[in-house]
Order: sequence, then structure tokens, then C-alpha cells
Amino acid sequence: MRQAAFRSYAFHIAVIAALFLLQYVLPAYHIGTFTRIMVYAVLAIGYNILFGYTGLMSLGHAMFFAAGAYGAGLSVYWLGFGPIAALLAGVASAFVVSLLAGIVVLRVSGVAFLIVTLMLAQAAFLATLYFNTITLGDQGIVLSLRPIEMAGLSFALSDPSVKYNVALAAFAFALLFSLWLLRSPFGRILIAVRENEARTKLLGYNTFLYRFWALVISGTLSGLSGALYCLLFAYVGASFASLQYSTLPLLYTLLGGTGVTLGPLAGTAIMYYLIDISSSFTSSYMIIVGAALLVITLWFPEGIGGWVRRFLRRKPA
Amino acid sequence: MTLLETRGLSRRYGGVTAVNDVSFRLEQGEIRSIIGPNGAGKTTFVSMICGRIPPSGGAVFFEDHDITNMSPWKRVMRGIVYTFQITSIYPKLTLRENVALAVQRRLTAKPGLHLSLSPDALDAAIDEALSAVGLNNEADRLAGVLPYGHQRLLELAMGLALKPSLLVLDEPTQGLAPGDIQPFCDLIRRTAKTSTILFIEHNLKVVLDLADRITVMDRGAILAEGTPAEIERHPAVQQAYLGD
Repeated sequence: MRQAAFRSYAFHIAVIAALFLLQYVLPAYHIGTFTRIMVYAVLAIGYNILFGYTGLMSLGHAMFFAAGAYGAGLSVYWLGFGPIAALLAGVASAFVVSLLAGIVVLRVSGVAFLIVTLMLAQAAFLATLYFNTITLGDQGIVLSLRPIEMAGLSFALSDPSVKYNVALAAFAFALLFSLWLLRSPFGRILIAVRENEARTKLLGYNTFLYRFWALVISGTLSGLSGALYCLLFAYVGASFASLQYSTLPLLYTLLGGTGVTLGPLAGTAIMYYLIDISSSFTSSYMIIVGAALLVITLWFPEGIGGWVRRFLRRKPA
Repeated sequence: MTLLETRGLSRRYGGVTAVNDVSFRLEQGEIRSIIGPNGAGKTTFVSMICGRIPPSGGAVFFEDHDITNMSPWKRVMRGIVYTFQITSIYPKLTLRENVALAVQRRLTAKPGLHLSLSPDALDAAIDEALSAVGLNNEADRLAGVLPYGHQRLLELAMGLALKPSLLVLDEPTQGLAPGDIQPFCDLIRRTAKTSTILFIEHNLKVVLDLADRITVMDRGAILAEGTPAEIERHPAVQQAYLGD
């Protein structure tokens, strides 16, 4: 068991190292693309904890993504926070929003959970428009950010290489955190809730509590992604709370493979490039995305990660 | 000492009364069997003891505490462990993971997130529980591919791993191969040294072999109660079992 744990950590760290080296070989355009992919992968990692491991399908993660983005963006714009303080403010606001959302949405499960999360997120989206004196509505806020001061050095967030490495650091944190969490006794209980909730209750677990913390962790990680996106691209607007940011992590996770720690990265990268490439041929690129999703659902229901894992005959992470 | 007591326990489903005003006592260290025809209310009765089903009336006391409104997971923490009549395991997880879920519950006595646990203590307790039911060589197989009888033994191993003070078994020998029944009885007798056992059983040979006392239920009520010898002679029992 311990040897398997070592191998698993070694493999994940190797992936992070490969991403680090990638910046020295990729052309400039793809460095920008991979920066976005890593930020979105953090969102998908957060989503996977709730959907892939705990078995709760949400259509409301835009709310957590936007909570992170607005928490960071508004504290820069209105309060003059520096980038690091703003990042922390974004994560904290997503944490609070997840706590409050958890109390409401976990009263239901299954399809009702899907609908309630969707409605709550739509209400949050409309709230960003309604309070347009603060959020500047769908026009949004373009931020001017101070550089990050660290150890006597100054890093400007407009520098693509700084962006890439900040995104990589956040991605590495989210990936290793999710790996550690899901290999822990806590993670085992989340999987147990997904597989057989009735049994889990009668093993002595308050399953509501575990679903609740899974939601809070998932929402907070999604908020980290939103805060990063806002700070790295110096913008926050109502589109961050739109339905798109709820469906994308679902698609990333499905494509990458639910319940596989590296699934979100694989799913995000492939979907991002699929959209990127197909949109250069046609403005109706969503047709190509839709066709790809049909293929996945019909022939690769476990996603790429699940397919690879079965291929390697590895045990669940 | 009385470990478990129910007073006037009832459960109604619409117009149907599944369990009707049952008052019942179980002494510490006993092996008690509940028998009775299908539909007698046996499973509903024990489900109210472990908290799966809320009663419509009456009360349940465990170690002199009223646990009538206690959630099922808190009852497990207090030592009441239930194994399902229809096997309820995690088919997509390995046997080791199945039992690990029970073991870590016991090792983390207080509720919380349980983010770390000694792997050695976990492994040792898993091996102990799987060895007790003879499944230690299958630890890394997926539970869902086991034959049904072995899934039942796995479920029992999960119950044992919790080290219950009251182990409630719902038809434990159902689906066991004939050759597995004697080892199962030996295991229950060993377990009874540290746990009180309450089991529903249809196999009368197993009941007569294991039980210190037998409770007979019929139509939601207790028909008779006594030692195996008393129950065998009881006219109402003979009527209920042979009459229809």
C-alpha cells in the first residue's frame, strides 16, 4: 500500500515537473494557452472532488468560480489590495459562499441537487448584474495590478512567464492537495458515500457532514481558480458567473475521467485545444465540441483517465 | 445487566402495522435469535434498533440511555452494528477498502475529518477482520466479483471490524454454502465472547445450535420467548410454524 502511495506521488510530481519544463520548449502562444488550461484545471480538480469522488453532480460551480474572481477583483479595485492579499480574499469569499450554499443545496440529492445548484448559481449571476454599482455589471472591471514583491524581487503579473509559473504553482498545489485528500481516510469516506450511502451511514458515518465538506472543499478550490483567472488576466465581469463556468468543469471532468486525480488536467487540456482549433475553422465550433462529447459518452463513458487506468489495470487512486 | 430494551415499539406503514407494541429485553453477553414467518416484522424491528427506520411509537434504550431519536451513525459509535439482510457492501472497491472503512471508523472514535491514520494499525486491523472470516487471501480483489456467500462473509467482517458491543445480524447464513455454515457458527460463538449477538435466522439448525434464548415473532408481535428447549415445546410456536 505504501509503495503504491509513493509511486502515485512520484507520478503526479513528474507531471508537474513536465509542465514546468514545458515552458522552455513551447512557443509563446501555447504558453498562454497552457496558463489558461492550468487555471481551468484547478476548477476541474475542485469539481472532480464533488462529482467524481463524492458522486454529486452540480451545475452551480460558476457561483464558486465567480465568488473567487469577485472576491479578488473587487478587493483590488475598491480596497487597493495587492495580488497576494487579493488571492487570499478571493479564496476566502469562495469558502464563505460554499459554506452558505452547502447548507441550502445539500438538503436534496440526485436530480434535485442539479437543479438547486443551477438555480442558486443563476441567482448569483443575476446578483452580479443587479449590484452593478459595485461589480460594474457585465461590462466588468479591468484591473491594474501591483507586481508581486517577494524576497526583494518584483514579479509583474503581466509577464507571460510569471503568469505561467503562478498558474503552475496553483495547479501543483490543487493537484497534490486533491491527491493527498483522496488518499486519506477522509477521501475513502467520500468514495464510500458515492458508492453506497446507506451502508456508509450504518458504518457510523454522518454522511451529510462528509458531503458538506466535500462541497466546501470543491467550492473553495473552484474559487481559487476564479481568483487566479481574475488576477492573471486582470479582469472580472459578470460572464464569470454565467452558466458556461458551471458546464465547463463538468465537461472537463467527464472527458478526463471522473474520480481520477489527473483526469481534470487531461480533460481541460483536450477540451481547450478542441475548442481552440475548431473555432479557427468555424464560428459554430460548439457543434464539434458536442460531437466529441457524444463520442465520449457513448464509447468512453469512463473518460480518458478511466480508460487509461483500466488499460494499465491500476487500482483506484 | 440489560444491554438493550424496547418499550412499546411500533411501526405502521399507512394502514399496515409491521411491528405492534413490542417490549423486548436483551441481556449483555447473550446470543439471541429472532425467528418467525416472513412478514412477521423481524427486519423492521431490528431496523428500529439500529436506527435505519424511525419508530411510529415506543422507545429504544441502550445501556440505559434512550436512543429512540439517535441517528444511525451515532448508534454505531455507541456500539450497535448491523449487517444487512440483502448484502450491502461496496462492490467496486477491494475487500481491503471495504473493511478499511469499518476499521477507520473504530480507530477514529471521535467525529471529524480523519485526515490521517496510522497505516500499520489500519492494515493490522483489516487483516484481523478478513482472517476471521477466512477472506484474507482475497484482500485485493474487488468485492463485487466475489461469490454471494463470500460477500456475506465480507459484510460480517465489516461488522466485526467495528468491534461492536451489540452485533445485529439479519439472516446471516442466507446464501452461505453448506460447508461455510459450521465455520460461521464457530465465528459467532467466538465473537460472542466480546459482543452481544442478536440475529434473525430462518435456518433452525443454526438457531438451535447458537442461541441462548429465542424470540418468536408473528404478525408484528412477540409470540413466545425462551430457551431453545422451551421454544421447541411451545404450542403456539408449533402452531405458527406448522399450522399454515
